[in-house]
Amino acid sequence: MAASLRQVVAGSWRQPERHLLALQCAARHSRWCLITSRTFYTAEYDPNEKTFEKLLIANRGEIACRVIKTCKKMGIKTVAIHSDVDSSAVHVKMADEAVCVGPAPTSKSYLNMDAIMEAIKKTRAQAVHPGYGFLSENKEFARRLASEGVTFIGPDTHAIQAMGDKIESKLLAKNAKVNTIPGFDGVVKDADEAVRIAREIGYPVMIKASAGGGGKGMRIAWDDEETREGFRFSSQEAASSFGDDRLLIEKFIDNPRHIEIQVLADKHDNALWLNERECSIQRRNQKVVEEAPSTFLDAETRRAMGEQAVALAKAVKYSSAGTVEFLVDTKKNFYFLEMNTRLQVEHPITECITGLDLVQEMIRVAKGYPLRHKQADIPINGWAVECRVYAEDPYKSFGLPSIGRLSQYQEPLHVSNVRVDSGIQEGSDISIYYDPMISKLITYGSDRAEALQRMEEALDNYVIRGVTHNIALLREVIIHPRFVRGDVSTKFLPDVYPDGFQGHKLTDLEKRELLAIAASLYMAEQLRSQQFLGSPRISLAKLDLNNRELSVQLGDGTYSVTVSNNGSTFSVEVDGMKLNVTSEWNLASPLSSVTIDGTQRTIQCLSRDAAGNISIQFLGTVYKLRILTKLAAELSKYMPEKAVEDTTSILRSPMPGAVVAVSVKPGDLVSEGQEICVIEAMKMQNSMIAAKTGKVKAVHCKAGETVGEGDLLIELE
Amino acid sequence: MKRFAPANQPFPAERTGSDGRGNKGLHFKSPASRRLSTDAWAVGRLGRLRGECGAGPASAALGTRARPLSLARLARAVSARVAELARLGAWPATPSEPGCQTALLASSLIEAQAGLLRPFLEPGQGRARAVSQAAARMPRSCACAMLLSAMAALRLLPRLLRVSRTRLVRSRSAGAPGSVPERIAEKRRAALLGGGQARIDAQHKRGKLTARERILLLLDPGSFVEYDMFVEHRCADFGMESDQNKDFTVFGGSLSGAHAQKICKIMDQAVMVGAPVIGLNDSGGARIQEGVESLAGYADIFLRNVLCSGVVPQISLIMGPCAGGAVYSPALTDFTFMVKDTSYLFITGPDVVKSVTNEDVTQEQLGGAKTHTAVSGVAHRAFENDVDALLNLREFFNYLPLSNRDPTPVRKCHDPSNRLVPELDTVVPMESTKAYDMVDIVHSIVDEREFFEIMPSYAGNIIVGFARMNGRTVGIVGNQPKVASGCLDINSSVKGARFVRFCDAFNIPLITFVDVPGFLPGTAQEYGGIIRHGAKLLFAFAEATVPKITIITRKAYGGAYDVMSSKHLRGDVNYAWPTAEVAVMGAKGAVRIIFRGKETDAEAEYVNKFANPFPAAVRGFVDDIIEPSTTRIRICRDLEVLASKTQSNPWKKHANIPL
Repeated sequence: MAASLRQVVAGSWRQPERHLLALQCAARHSRWCLITSRTFYTAEYDPNEKTFEKLLIANRGEIACRVIKTCKKMGIKTVAIHSDVDSSAVHVKMADEAVCVGPAPTSKSYLNMDAIMEAIKKTRAQAVHPGYGFLSENKEFARRLASEGVTFIGPDTHAIQAMGDKIESKLLAKNAKVNTIPGFDGVVKDADEAVRIAREIGYPVMIKASAGGGGKGMRIAWDDEETREGFRFSSQEAASSFGDDRLLIEKFIDNPRHIEIQVLADKHDNALWLNERECSIQRRNQKVVEEAPSTFLDAETRRAMGEQAVALAKAVKYSSAGTVEFLVDTKKNFYFLEMNTRLQVEHPITECITGLDLVQEMIRVAKGYPLRHKQADIPINGWAVECRVYAEDPYKSFGLPSIGRLSQYQEPLHVSNVRVDSGIQEGSDISIYYDPMISKLITYGSDRAEALQRMEEALDNYVIRGVTHNIALLREVIIHPRFVRGDVSTKFLPDVYPDGFQGHKLTDLEKRELLAIAASLYMAEQLRSQQFLGSPRISLAKLDLNNRELSVQLGDGTYSVTVSNNGSTFSVEVDGMKLNVTSEWNLASPLSSVTIDGTQRTIQCLSRDAAGNISIQFLGTVYKLRILTKLAAELSKYMPEKAVEDTTSILRSPMPGAVVAVSVKPGDLVSEGQEICVIEAMKMQNSMIAAKTGKVKAVHCKAGETVGEGDLLIELE
Repeated sequence: MKRFAPANQPFPAERTGSDGRGNKGLHFKSPASRRLSTDAWAVGRLGRLRGECGAGPASAALGTRARPLSLARLARAVSARVAELARLGAWPATPSEPGCQTALLASSLIEAQAGLLRPFLEPGQGRARAVSQAAARMPRSCACAMLLSAMAALRLLPRLLRVSRTRLVRSRSAGAPGSVPERIAEKRRAALLGGGQARIDAQHKRGKLTARERILLLLDPGSFVEYDMFVEHRCADFGMESDQNKDFTVFGGSLSGAHAQKICKIMDQAVMVGAPVIGLNDSGGARIQEGVESLAGYADIFLRNVLCSGVVPQISLIMGPCAGGAVYSPALTDFTFMVKDTSYLFITGPDVVKSVTNEDVTQEQLGGAKTHTAVSGVAHRAFENDVDALLNLREFFNYLPLSNRDPTPVRKCHDPSNRLVPELDTVVPMESTKAYDMVDIVHSIVDEREFFEIMPSYAGNIIVGFARMNGRTVGIVGNQPKVASGCLDINSSVKGARFVRFCDAFNIPLITFVDVPGFLPGTAQEYGGIIRHGAKLLFAFAEATVPKITIITRKAYGGAYDVMSSKHLRGDVNYAWPTAEVAVMGAKGAVRIIFRGKETDAEAEYVNKFANPFPAAVRGFVDDIIEPSTTRIRICRDLEVLASKTQSNPWKKHANIPL
């Protein structure tokens, strides 16, 4: 009896935590599950060190949650601010108090200083942590806080201002003997002078109009001839397009890496460098995968970079945590890029390898405590990798945002040494108003291989349904031979996927594995559909499901597969090769652990239907298969091919009502799921959304108009 | 690469038994298409879906012939067809081998006997299994079942069956060459061909399958046993009948008296044993040449449809044209499914329409799948093609009990009944004017997100369909705020009412999700009789005695609150989410009426008083206010308690629902 009871209890614990032992605790459950996420700090909190009573977090999403977690640890009461649509967001639920600061658009809520100052007064918060983005590097905000006697958790106004200005920060860096990209900015008289400057800098150089933003009109010159040509083009352009003769001639860094140094400084003139983060994997200048430390740096370069970063921090009397970004060329020359005077998105990987809690240190420093560590105390323990999981479609230019509700969401916290920083939960909306980041997935290992191995596992075990996500891309990046070798640059993605990302390419063995898994899943479902309980009509005939012949369609190929069943193992013959597939075959679980001839794989069955269609997420990528019996497959060839009726390009009114708002105009680009117009009927506002991504061709309605059912509202191209 | 089994592989069912989905009795009926002039109504005694057994009439299309086949043509056609089937693995590769034939015939006898004896031998216990047991003993039994069905085209009178069996046995023992058994075997094989290879090809070219192919796909392999395959149109093939018809050259898949007789027979049996009836319809209507006899045949079937109604589930799958009188049989059944682009249902075709009303209309516009699933509400769902439809029908069948005396099926469930659904805590938007998708709620609550929606394209403001809770089939009814704000109008009331009544008839518990702003106002609705039609839904919910669980997710306003399975209509468990507002109407309208247009700030007061679940909760009209995330747990628990619910209405001949 006792033994069986133990078994029951053990069994229950093994289930995900959302399956409760008892209904009674259900009510409070949702609140508790929010603060169970794992962190890897070794730095302890000293309860005798008084900091603040109450702290307001002027941010949302995962970073707000991240700050609240440390505050809870330090015994600080927290105040969350939120917009209308965020009123039931995770950070609001986690905080002790919450104040609504305005409607959804960030300019009216999270950037609304008046409302935030009001919230601070109302809640009597003593300090404000700005997180990243929003007001984190806004000197006006820091100034207003200071005038109200509220502590800003970050550097002082002077440092924010100095580092916020590109030219000033470069000058400061130069003076602090930090390597900067050699270059010239000003009026260049003629081509000869341009050549002279270029030679001084050393080839290759980049030439462009100073007034041109970003990479616009940028030319690369590798020798004198190209410099003259570049000068001609750029000076013409500078004069004609911008009416500003100034040119920028700068050292061009080929195949650069983006490596940044985390610094931590206090108000007592102490500053530390907390090693580097390799952030080279980027798309459209946004980081995707980061790791610490970098495979590229040797101890000497690391120390040199660290010391320069600290020198810069001291030069601006920096306090709090900050990041000095460098470009590193193939010869390990590094050049100062800019300094971020805030907590970075990717700070967790530094925390993993150093054991520090950066938020805790920021709060201590802001209160005026000196740093507790010496430079020699800062270790590099193991290796940490961070993947940014975004709600976006990686198949479209490495990620176009997608929106929607997370109908199912399960973080892979059951995998060891995984940390997930997120600010959403099952049921959360990923809206158009804010950053589409779902979470930061961080894995940690004693070495890089271990950390990457865990990352693979974690990505496979991450359940995200309801929005498109970029897990397929992340998983491909971390297993790519170039990445595994450490051979990365900021151009990694376009170099590796010149034709855009197309998902995982299955090897022959992997394809067989996928076919075998799909066929087994199909058979498991067939078997289960015979298991009716308590029916008074019991079949006497024994079901024999051996040697079932199936036809599996995958992509353009059709494969003949033979399946036999023996308990929880299916023997699957694919292309004359026999594979044994073993699993629990739980058809309800979003995750399935499957063993194929000894190889363990975690797959996710996203959907399956009666017509044999099944989508499986295998090795990160979602594959669509169709499984039919041999007979059905043979008969299917008589079925007519049907032209798909395109109803996605037109939007008709589903009911009679009044058009309340039209949010697009002809020529606008809309993404799938985006609201196009709102129709009010029966005092209800119905949001009409785009069924596909595309350009608006015509708008046939305007706000205030009454429309009938089936009336054409919008046409897309 | 396509690789199929070598041609000499035996029928797959023989090796695999059943693929185990189906199990109840099936009846098939599918008249052949008119153009095919077919006379093959393969009326299947039983087939198995989901591994259980069942009886079913199948009216199989095809198997037609335009004129009597010469023996030579027959032989050619037969061998071609057999080769085709052998390629599909559905036919023994060496049909001419004498031993094989003997086995087939012998097993057919065993099967037939077992089938007949079943109800008596194993009362209440897998009757169809008796047959499959017999089948299992005979190596070729499955092929035999197919042969039997093929014989339907050979037009023997029912009483011949017995005679031929006797003769068969005798002649077999005698072993006479060229004897009756040989001829029968040959004719049977010919029957498989139906209208011949050319016609089969024509059917395929149209994107349709033959009746036999459809049956093969629908049923568990080897489980179809045909009844009355010797039944024949009143004709002269064997000179047995004196009243010969001259019409056998053109049958057009139309219904003859003999067809009807076969169908009625199997339906009678289905009612007797409690087996669902499935019709695969592909028919041109009454056989004009037979005149009143054909009409009588229809009426006989209609009568059976009506008598079966509420006793065994009846499903029609329209897989070709179905016109004229033929349409009323699907209309009387519980569910009508269609195949897109290849099936039509209409009383009269476009030509007649043109001549009577001068309307120009295509078949598709007049009675295609789109028309009936989106406009008329005649059909309950449409599928892409024959294969898709049949596979979906198997899925659908698994939700249904076998008869009104059988309990709701409980499938083994992998989805924990104590699963919390945090998603639900945020699904209802804060603004009460904003819509959300009720189907999202249904998906997240039911087992494995599996929801078989009925009439998804018609009256979208109410959703109905089948799902499972902890393995047990339940009927789901829900207002859909996404469409027309989820109001009740004429179409949605009728759609909901019919579904509720089906569930009530077959012991399927009802789970109702309520977010209803009221009945739709307006002249169109009033003139259309919203009072009368709305009353149907009210009637259906009030009358239902199955377990009824109701969840008010947001609005429950006015009379529509009463209608939607409220406590007052004997709802067993009624829950409200914290977002629920049970009131006579919305705050704005209420204040306008109460204060007669006087400016007042009473709206806030009204909201405070009524736009919440408390007024209903303090009166016990809702049993509890629950956290949405616990909804699944509670429903599963309640269903367990309510499984033994007994409730009856006062004795009556039948109620008088406001039709």
